[in-house]
This record gives sequence, C-alpha cells and structure tokens, in this order.
Amino acid sequence: MTNNKVKIKTEKLNVFYGQKQALKNVNLEIYNREVTALIGPSGCGKSTYIRCINRMNDVIETCKISGSIKIDGQEINNKQIDVVRLRERIGMVFQKPNPFPKSIYDNVAYGPQIHGLADHKDKLDQIVQTSLKKSALWEEVKDRLDEPGTSLSGGQQQRLCIARAISVNPEVILMDEPCSALDPIATAKIEELMEELKKTFTIVIVTHSMAQAVRVSQRTGFFHLGNLIEVDTTDKMFKNPNNKMTQDYITGRFG
Amino acid sequence: MNLAILLLIVLFSTSCFFFGRKKIINITAANKIRMNALPDYYGYYLALWCAIPAVLILAFWTVFEPTIIKAFIINNITSSNLKEFNSDELNLIYQQIKALYLGNFTGTLSEEIRRGAENYKSFLSIAEGSKIVILISIVIVTTLYSYKKLINNNKAREDVEKIFKAVLFTCSLVAILTTIGIIFSLLFESIKFFTTINIFDFLFGTSWSPQRAFVRDASTITPEEYNELKDAFGSVPLFAGTAFIAFIAMIVAVPIGLFSGIYLAEYASKKVRKYSKPIIEILAGIPTVVYGFFAALTVGPFFREFGERFGLEVSSESALAAGLVMGVMIIPYVSSLSDDVINAVPQSLRDGSYAVGATKSETIKKVVIPAALPGIVGSVLLAVSRAIGETMIVVMAAGLAARLTINPLESTTTITTQIVMILIGDQEFDSPKTQSAFALGLTLFFATLILNYIALRFVKKYREKYE
Repeated sequence: MTNNKVKIKTEKLNVFYGQKQALKNVNLEIYNREVTALIGPSGCGKSTYIRCINRMNDVIETCKISGSIKIDGQEINNKQIDVVRLRERIGMVFQKPNPFPKSIYDNVAYGPQIHGLADHKDKLDQIVQTSLKKSALWEEVKDRLDEPGTSLSGGQQQRLCIARAISVNPEVILMDEPCSALDPIATAKIEELMEELKKTFTIVIVTHSMAQAVRVSQRTGFFHLGNLIEVDTTDKMFKNPNNKMTQDYITGRFG
Repeated sequence: MNLAILLLIVLFSTSCFFFGRKKIINITAANKIRMNALPDYYGYYLALWCAIPAVLILAFWTVFEPTIIKAFIINNITSSNLKEFNSDELNLIYQQIKALYLGNFTGTLSEEIRRGAENYKSFLSIAEGSKIVILISIVIVTTLYSYKKLINNNKAREDVEKIFKAVLFTCSLVAILTTIGIIFSLLFESIKFFTTINIFDFLFGTSWSPQRAFVRDASTITPEEYNELKDAFGSVPLFAGTAFIAFIAMIVAVPIGLFSGIYLAEYASKKVRKYSKPIIEILAGIPTVVYGFFAALTVGPFFREFGERFGLEVSSESALAAGLVMGVMIIPYVSSLSDDVINAVPQSLRDGSYAVGATKSETIKKVVIPAALPGIVGSVLLAVSRAIGETMIVVMAAGLAARLTINPLESTTTITTQIVMILIGDQEFDSPKTQSAFALGLTLFFATLILNYIALRFVKKYREKYE
C-alpha cells in the first residue's frame, strides 16, 4: 500500500437506537484514498456505522452514540463539532437515488451555493461542470442541464447524486449501498467511477454484493449483529480470512 | 306507509341474503362441488335482486303519485262541469279538495269540492292498494328469477361487482348533475336580469344600491329610468370589497398558517404535534357567527378606540376588523394542509440536503418547501375561496355600505353579504333586484373558477416533482 495513512479512526464506538444496540464496541481504521467496503447481513450495523461518520444519525431522535470517531486525528463525536462543516468534508450517497426535485444544474449547484464556494456565476458553472465530469455524467446531460434531475434514469440519478456529493470538494465519500436500486450496466458504470474517484477521495462503501466488494475495494470489514468481526485487505479477507464466521459469510453459508 | 313498505323490503332482502348463502353452502356440501363464487356473493346477489327493483319502483311511484292523482281529479272536474276553468282556478280547487280530505278546510263548501274530495279519497285508496300489489309481485318475481339463476350456479361474483359499480356510478352522477343543475339555474335567472340591465353596466358600474330600484314592468323602462336604474346595479364596489377583505384575511392567514404548519411538520416533537394540531383545528370548527360577533363586538371597537387615540377616524364596522378575524378563522386551513403536504415530502430528500452540509432551515427553504409547493398553493387556494365565500363575519363586522375604498378603516361590503341582503324577507322573483342576486352569484362563481384555473396552471408549471 502506497497510502496507508489513517483517515478515519473509530474506537469503542457504541450506538443505541432507543433500547436496541446497533453497534457494539467497533474499532475500525479507514485509510486515506482507498475504497473500504463494509459487508455483512442486513441489520448488522454497517449503515449505522457510516451514518456515524458524517453524524447523519443526529436526525434520529432516539439515537445515542458513545465512543470516539477521529477524522485526521480530530474528534468529531462531540457537541462542539460544527456538523455543517463536517458534512461539507464528508459527502454521502444514499441507497435510493434522491435527486432534489430541481434542475440537473441546481442539484449540483446546491452544495456550493449553501457553502458560498462560488462568488460569481462563471465559477459556479465551472464547479457544476467539473463535478458532472468527475461523476461521468457530463456527456449525457450537458445539453439539458435545466431539465429536472428526476427525469433521468436511475443510474444517471445516482451519478447525479455523486456529482452533488463531490461538488463541495469533500475528503471522504460515504456510499450506502449505492447500486442496490440499479441494473447491472448502471452498476458497472458506478464501479468504474469509483475506481477514478478513489484517486482524490477516501471512499467507504456499504454493499450487499460480495462480488462488488472484491471488484472495488482495497480493504473490507465484516459486520455481524453490531460487531465488527474482522477487517483486513480485501485480498486477504476473501482468500484467507482469519475468522470462521467471515469464511462462512463470504462463501454464502449464512446471511 | 312508505316507510313501513321500505322496512319490509329491507327485512325481506336481508333474510334473502342469509337464505341464499345458506342454500349455496348446502349445495356445495351436498354435491361436493366448488361454486363459481363465495357463498356471500350469492347472498348479496339474491338480496340485491330482491331489493333494488322494488325500491326503485317505490321511489318512482312516490314521486309521480301526486301528479297523476291531480291529473285525474282535474280531469274529473272539467269533464263533469260545463263551466270553463283556467289553470289557476283548477289549482285552487285541487288545493281545496286536498285540504278537505286532510280535514283542515275552511270556507264555504261547494258541491264540486265535496265530490272531488270523495274522488280523491277513492283514488288514494286505489293507488295504495295497487302499489302494494305491484310491489309484492315485483319482489316475488325478481326473487324467484334470481333464485333460479342462483341454484343454476350463475356467475354471482361478476353480477354483484357490476351492481356495486352501478351504485357507485349513480352516486357520482347525482353529484355531477346537481352541480350542473345549480349552474343552469344561476344562468337562467342571470339571463333574465341581464335583459333588463346591460351586462357591461353590471360588471363595470361603480355604484351599488339595489334597495332604491323599484321596477314594476321591466319591458316599459324609458331611457332616463334606465340611466338611474343602472346606477343601482354596478357591481364593482362589491368585487373590490370582496377582494379587499379576502386580501386582508390572507395577509393574516398565509404567513401564520404556513409557518405554524412548517413548525409542526419539521420542528415540533411528536408529542407537541399530537396535542397542538387538534387545538389549531378547533379554530376551523368554531361557528362563523361566533367569529362574527367577536369581530363586531370586540375587535371592531378595539380598533376604533385605538385609532381615536391617534386622532384617526375609524368606523366601528371596518374592513380591517372583518378581514383580521376572517384570517384567524382561516389559519387552520392553511396550517393543517401545509403540515400534511410537508410531511409527505420524502425523508430521503432531507437526508440528501443534510448530507451536503445544509442546515435545517436551508433544507426547509430550498428543498422541502419547493417540493411541497403544489400542495401549499392548493391549501392557500382553499383558504382564498373560503375567504371569498365567507358571509357571516362580513355581515356583522364590515358593514353593508357598498363603497369603493382602499382604506381598511372604513366600512365596506362583499358579494355574499349583498346576496344575503337582497334575498332576506319577502321577494318578488321577477324584479331585477332579486335577479341581481343570481347575477352576483354567477359572476362570483366564474371569478373563483378562473382563479382556480390560473392557480392550477401555476402549480403545473412550477411543481417540482419528486419520485
């Protein structure tokens, strides 16, 4: 590994939804400019984990989080941290494409506008263009930027959401099963895109597809019932895992 | 009598339901076959066949019986008398005959009326008897017919579905026909009015005082008389007053309603929402007359005293008082509906906005409200039409003087209030004064129709569609 600087480090992370414990003592390191895949059966806490990193769990009233989450060594799991600034640094792409009911242009311009990243129209145009290019959507939509984002196909919508996430120049992109609502061709496009994106961004992806984890990720973490069972390089995890449970899961014996 | 018959039919058809169901269950069990439909359907089938034709005939009979009997009686009178009657006299005689039969006749009894009453009595008993016979035979025939089909394993499921569809269709037809009927009655009376008063004088005239319009015969108006008359029927002050008061009401209701809707949907905890929403909705349940005297006795005098302190002349019946109270009344329409539409905006859109680092208020302003806009405009529209149609508050708090003013401290009046004023008390239906109420109603109807149309176009154009 050329880049093995730790970008995100969680220690003793516990998450409760009301009475139910969703994460138990999770210690995980995520490395800079790599794709880290989180796998595991449904309800194992992998989505909960990535929603901790950009504090999206704040939206849920009953959610309680304890433990330490450090990004570049800075603790973010406390009241002092500015959530708005944090989410600017850590973008997120959701399971179901959720473009705003606005034009394609406005969808991408939304983030830069609310953070005041562009002081004039030309700059904004440029940000929109680069973001769409980076998300490999520019060629398909450049002539119809004023059409609603919801008029695009599912795969295009998801790439639009990726463009929206990278428009504010984040350091990390969290992806919560980004391909689960897409067909194989659209999925292939997104995976190809991730290959490109990991050169500039740190990516954490939650996926149900073992094949996808193998294709896109350098490291893989396996969650089960709120516990992080094992984390290692993807290569090692799928060829020679240390834990019997991981072995069983990736060979399809349960889950 | 009719009620008893109806009750019998219902009883009989209910027992048919149980009978039909039981029969099918027995057939299924005895022959070990699977019938075309569930036993319930056969029950319904038998019951509906038994009830619907009989009820329909009963209804028609009840509607047409008086007309037919009247025709018979009048025919009797004219054929047995040498004297010629005109239709008014015949009507009078018929009414007297009826009164005599019912036992509340007063006045001198003539031979023909006495004879007429006897005839009336016999006609009634014949009608009653034949009605019962016909109904019983209808019920027997239809029940036997459907029973025969039933034991032959007819397709009861399809037929029952068809009957339900027909019943639903009839109900919607009634609603549509009523609307059309109301529009036409407005239209015909208005046309009568517009033959007397030029439609342009009505629409663009700036003076309204129908109380001084005395017209005996519309066909003999001289040009000078018409000139004076048209000044009584200029509707501009009424439309201006209506728009003005509705405008004041909307200034109160839209911001307060919308913002409280946003608070309830986005910020309030579940518990607060659970209790505060019904409390706000109580506002909509208060009778308008209560708002009316609240406006007239509390708010109006308050403004007058308040104005006097600053040397302003405020009439105790003012557009401001009426509009303000009307606005309060309308708040729940806006708040409750916009709360609902804001709640319907998917959470995923909010998540998407938060994830790029938007704050809550930015998310609401730029994502949630635009997505909910069609619904919000819809709720505002409903509130506007409520404000335009509101009568009681204006009658009590804004006055009756039709004045063209934009001073909210003066008294003013609205279309609906004037319609009430015109139609209160005894009316001659052929005077332009009475007919002007219909013309006002029609114009108001078209105005709100155009308003709705514009708003719908607006919503269609600017709606941001999610999903």
